[in-house]
Amino acid sequence: MTTSSLRLRAGVVSIVLLAAFLGIWHLATRSTGTTAAMSPEYAKLMGLTATQGKSAMPGPVDVGAQLWEHLKRPFYDNGPNDKGLGIQLGYSIARVGTGYLLAVLVAIPLGFLIGMSPLLSKALDPFIQVLKPISPLAWMPLALYTIKDSSISAIFVIFICSIWPMLLNTVFGVAGVRKEWINVARTLEVGTFRRAFTVILPAAAPTILTGMRISIGIAWLVIVAAEMLVGGTGIGYFVWNEWNNLSITNVIIAILLIGIIGMLLDQILARFTRMVTFPE
Amino acid sequence: MTDKFISIEGIAKRYPAAGGATTTVFENLWLSMPRGEFACVIGHSGCGKTTVLNVLAGLDAPSEGAVIVDGQAISGTSLDRAVIFQSHALLPWRTVLGNVAYAVSSKWRRWDRARVKAHAQTFIDLVGLTGSEHKRPSELSGGMKQRVGIARALSITPKIMLMDEPFSALDALTRGTLQDEVRRICLETGQTAFMITHDVDEAIYLADKIFLMTNGPGAVLAEVVENPLPKDRGRTDLHRHPLYYALRNHIIDFLVTRSRTFTTEKPDHDPRNVPVVQIGKPGLTIAASDEQQQTRTPGTSPGLTA
Repeated sequence: MTTSSLRLRAGVVSIVLLAAFLGIWHLATRSTGTTAAMSPEYAKLMGLTATQGKSAMPGPVDVGAQLWEHLKRPFYDNGPNDKGLGIQLGYSIARVGTGYLLAVLVAIPLGFLIGMSPLLSKALDPFIQVLKPISPLAWMPLALYTIKDSSISAIFVIFICSIWPMLLNTVFGVAGVRKEWINVARTLEVGTFRRAFTVILPAAAPTILTGMRISIGIAWLVIVAAEMLVGGTGIGYFVWNEWNNLSITNVIIAILLIGIIGMLLDQILARFTRMVTFPE
Repeated sequence: MTDKFISIEGIAKRYPAAGGATTTVFENLWLSMPRGEFACVIGHSGCGKTTVLNVLAGLDAPSEGAVIVDGQAISGTSLDRAVIFQSHALLPWRTVLGNVAYAVSSKWRRWDRARVKAHAQTFIDLVGLTGSEHKRPSELSGGMKQRVGIARALSITPKIMLMDEPFSALDALTRGTLQDEVRRICLETGQTAFMITHDVDEAIYLADKIFLMTNGPGAVLAEVVENPLPKDRGRTDLHRHPLYYALRNHIIDFLVTRSRTFTTEKPDHDPRNVPVVQIGKPGLTIAASDEQQQTRTPGTSPGLTA
């Protein structure tokens, strides 16, 4: 009774909070109705705020109507500066996916090696400690200069920002496998390779997956900023482009979608984490 | 003691201590046991019992000396020497069957899945876990987990079973049942077993020979006590045997006082020629001190003379 009713009550509270937020938003962005008297020629030059007293900030109804327009045609393409949101999000997800997968391919085997070798662990530690705190966008000029392709540079930035949490968590998980499990494998004369796959990998998997989950979150944060810089396509570019168009409605819609996609990516990784977690 | 199936020859274990010095846990330790025997090591914490077992298992290398098993010096771990860990050490992401099958497939790498499964199943049945094959360790009680540990160790049909306080984490009732099982299995299969324990009664019930170790650091193997109780002893009438209390008192006296004072009292103790105590056999006995004689009720220790 308690869990289901708690869930129900929490749901009700969530809906109430959402309704309150939308209500306050709506009230705050209502038209004031007061307009200064001006000549018709001058009024033509002014926006709706000055002539009809409309709020400069779009209200929830404007955003909802605009969102509906986008959802009706997510994949239209009217040239470089006018593409459907589906296309823009697709570009961003593809970049994040590519950079992230490359990082997985590098970080997990490398983390395994470092975690299993105390020598490598000590030798590489200063490099990792220096490279880890660098903002991924600081790499952008270097990437653009060497790679000479803005799209690939964005993928590189995703790669470099998502590699550290995965690498460190893999090292931590592999180095922290319980001695007794290793001893079991040793007394059974299990070779290094088989031991890595049958004992160390399953034992470290929950920690590794946690690192991957942190990484996908960071990658999604960084892609927006990276696309604002490189331009052309992607949801980050869309935000910046709409800001230049002064379309605050579209900016708000993009913010909402960035949040939803980020949540979905996180949930996918959370599900994988649950799959490899073992109770003790 | 002509048959030396296991022979520990002058091993030492030293650890570097602070300030460049070394701490010697034990040194010049000699110990041997014949095939098919059940030996228990008793001593206080820190005397290096676990280190001796780890050296025997090959998990730890001695700083000096060698261990010879079945005529060959050991180097590293081997499938001939199975270990039952104190903490059961089951792989939590595998089922009961998976844990035992992992050991089986490690020993016989060419066996197909069905054969591995059938072999593992026989040992799961042997320890009385039939029906729990597909449970995970987290779903088992402490006693059941240790049963899986025993099944895993037995499944690779080792020459020696090494047990590091296997039952110390269990409640008294479960411990009793598992001791019965281990005793039955070892008698049936003629298994050579080396077990570390804190529990005097466990040693008396299970062991053919009890090794007494003094306190560390600098621990020595003080005595080898031969168990005078018959091979077919039962748990319920164990204490009725005329030599039971003599044996028990001897071990307890050792643990209470002599484990501390032994090295000062016997400066000429020869670690290569450890005295064998045969309780109840006058003439062959190496005796306890006068003080212990007085504390003992007359008649319960017929064989012990000063």
